[in-house]
Amino acid sequence: MHFIVCIKQVPEGTEVEIDEEKGILKREGVDSKLNVYDAYALEAAVALKETYGGTVTVLSMGPLQAQDVIKEAYTLGADDGYLLSDRKFAGADTLATSYALSEAIRRLPPADVIFCGMQTTDGDTAQVGPGIAELLELPHASYVSKISGMEDGCIFVEADMGDGIEELRIGLPCLLTVTKDLNQPRLPSYKLKKATQNRKVNVWDSKALEGADPSHFGLDGSPTQVERIFPPPKAHSKELWQGSPDALSQKFYAKLKELKYL
Amino acid sequence: MPYPKLDKVDIAYLTGLVGEKYIQVGDSISEDYAHDELGETRAFPEVMLEPDSAETVAEIMGYAYEKGIPVTTRGSGTGLCGGCVPLHGGILLSTARLNRVLEIDSNNLTATVESGVVLMDFQEVTEKMGFLYAPDPGEKSATIGGNVATNAGGMRAIKYGVTRDHVMGMEVVLPTGELVWLGGKVAKNSSGYSLLNLMIGSEGTLGIITKVIVKLLPRPSKVLTLLVPFPSLELAIGAVPEIIRSQLMPQAIEFMERDVILSAEKFLGKTFPHKTAPAYLLLRFDGHSSAELEAQYEAAGDVCLKAGAIDVLIANTIERQEGIWDARGAFLEALKAESAMDEVDIVVPRDQIAGFIEYTKELEAEFGVRIRSFGHAGDGNMHVYILQDDLEKNVWKEKMDTIMDLLYVRGSELGGQVSGEHGIGISKKEYLTRDLGDTLITLQQQIKQVFDPKNILNPGKLF
Repeated sequence: MHFIVCIKQVPEGTEVEIDEEKGILKREGVDSKLNVYDAYALEAAVALKETYGGTVTVLSMGPLQAQDVIKEAYTLGADDGYLLSDRKFAGADTLATSYALSEAIRRLPPADVIFCGMQTTDGDTAQVGPGIAELLELPHASYVSKISGMEDGCIFVEADMGDGIEELRIGLPCLLTVTKDLNQPRLPSYKLKKATQNRKVNVWDSKALEGADPSHFGLDGSPTQVERIFPPPKAHSKELWQGSPDALSQKFYAKLKELKYL
Repeated sequence: MPYPKLDKVDIAYLTGLVGEKYIQVGDSISEDYAHDELGETRAFPEVMLEPDSAETVAEIMGYAYEKGIPVTTRGSGTGLCGGCVPLHGGILLSTARLNRVLEIDSNNLTATVESGVVLMDFQEVTEKMGFLYAPDPGEKSATIGGNVATNAGGMRAIKYGVTRDHVMGMEVVLPTGELVWLGGKVAKNSSGYSLLNLMIGSEGTLGIITKVIVKLLPRPSKVLTLLVPFPSLELAIGAVPEIIRSQLMPQAIEFMERDVILSAEKFLGKTFPHKTAPAYLLLRFDGHSSAELEAQYEAAGDVCLKAGAIDVLIANTIERQEGIWDARGAFLEALKAESAMDEVDIVVPRDQIAGFIEYTKELEAEFGVRIRSFGHAGDGNMHVYILQDDLEKNVWKEKMDTIMDLLYVRGSELGGQVSGEHGIGISKKEYLTRDLGDTLITLQQQIKQVFDPKNILNPGKLF
């Protein structure tokens, strides 16, 4: 089995700060980390590898410093890692990102399952995973919250559709984007960090994707034009909770406790 | 000594001091005020007052002194030894409305707060301003005044010390009703007996703390946690002296066992990131750069692996750390949700922890009672919980009394002390008396007599 996991380096912290004047996300001086949802995707792949055998390859696109998240993926059980890094890839919207990643996947050993986090915490679009699948003409499911197993060239999953759960049997190869309900990601292992400290990260520039259409890379390949980025006006918070009576009562209890009413 | 009961005249006078809204009398007093968090001892006050200034506290105390009425101070009531329970009725004085952070002084690196300020609120204020108030007791809804009165310790004690090490001054209402300041915003002080230090840990028996000046530190910008699984508790605890000997300075070293983690998972409804090992150490490092932290944790990681750790797991993001510390913070609540229990808060020299924990295991087997422990492996302070489970209450009590006796004897033999951070209150009195012996207990009683000749301030506690 070969599992590919698409991962992204995003700014650390729970809130993304916006430079209103320049209309960009503030990334300088902010530590970065592995996109939270991608940790669940990587955990799913590593857990399947542990059950069914095989290898896990991680793939990312970004500046050279994004090698750090690939190195971290090694400490979480990934076997191999590729980073697409080239000025030509810069400024990519979700379509151009999906294109570059899909072209990279075509050049890797064939994958049985490609995993993505359901979205990133800095972009929040949830489009890249399905975009890759469409470009590769693969069957795919978004918001996968449970993987029951693999059998006869198929994977059995549940997808959380918001108002219901969809049970799916999907033929391999396929692409899945995953939610936080899927698993509890393991923590990076110091033992693996030591064992993999000399394992290299394969850095691919645009030339490595020879044969692909360079006009689909980066800013040139991005039909989305960002006119302005601005923080939404701050409103007094109102929370709407949905869920089962059990979960809601637990949540209500926890909130009352937090506010020190109990 | 019998105390007079409050009459209508007293109630009217006290109502005049605090206002009708802030007094509860007789049957109208909520049951919550009759016990602390563990709730072993219950006693109702005759009146519960919520003054909002030190001056009013002084007036209340002055009146009580004149009339000989007992007064017990109460913060958030999160104590575990009955310290805030009004054993002899009288006045229960809540500091709930003394909840203002009065000043953050960045020139002197101090904060001045009223004693009823809640720890988590204070930590939020200081952290937002780039400061660290270093004491970090697990119970975040406790008040600063309560922390000072019990000399609370907490997770970060190994690197930063306990509450005592961070209190520079305080305003206190003496049992006579006089309002005095002890210490101040001074970094050094060799001016006579330190009444300040006498007040810290006195559990409301010498005075009512109304304001506190505490030390602030620059807040470390980076924090990282290691979760270290071990094949046995012995190996886990055995690694602690190695870590300390290596001169690394973790903020915290906690130990925990698998079944307590499972209890916390059940209680929180969340999955812990690793739970296949029988025992774990939890190490937290802080620093001002990622490189500094990395050097520290790698060195600690090597020490742990050499000491037999299965692996060393790195929680290097906020989310990863929260998952672990949320569970750690819920251990006590999780056990309480499973069974009635009582606790021992013994502190022993750090290199004696392993032997002590081993002893709790022997007692568990011998008495057939579930004993769970977790705590601050780095500073020798253990929280050992003796659970009732399905045992009949009197059977459990009998066994527990014997177990506690044995634990305190062993703690003393190992060079330990009765309480590391929870205090004595009511429940540990006999153990303190036995441990300190006549000479020292008499000295303590004489000190109490000097401050409180009528024995009206939190009577019946400590000894």
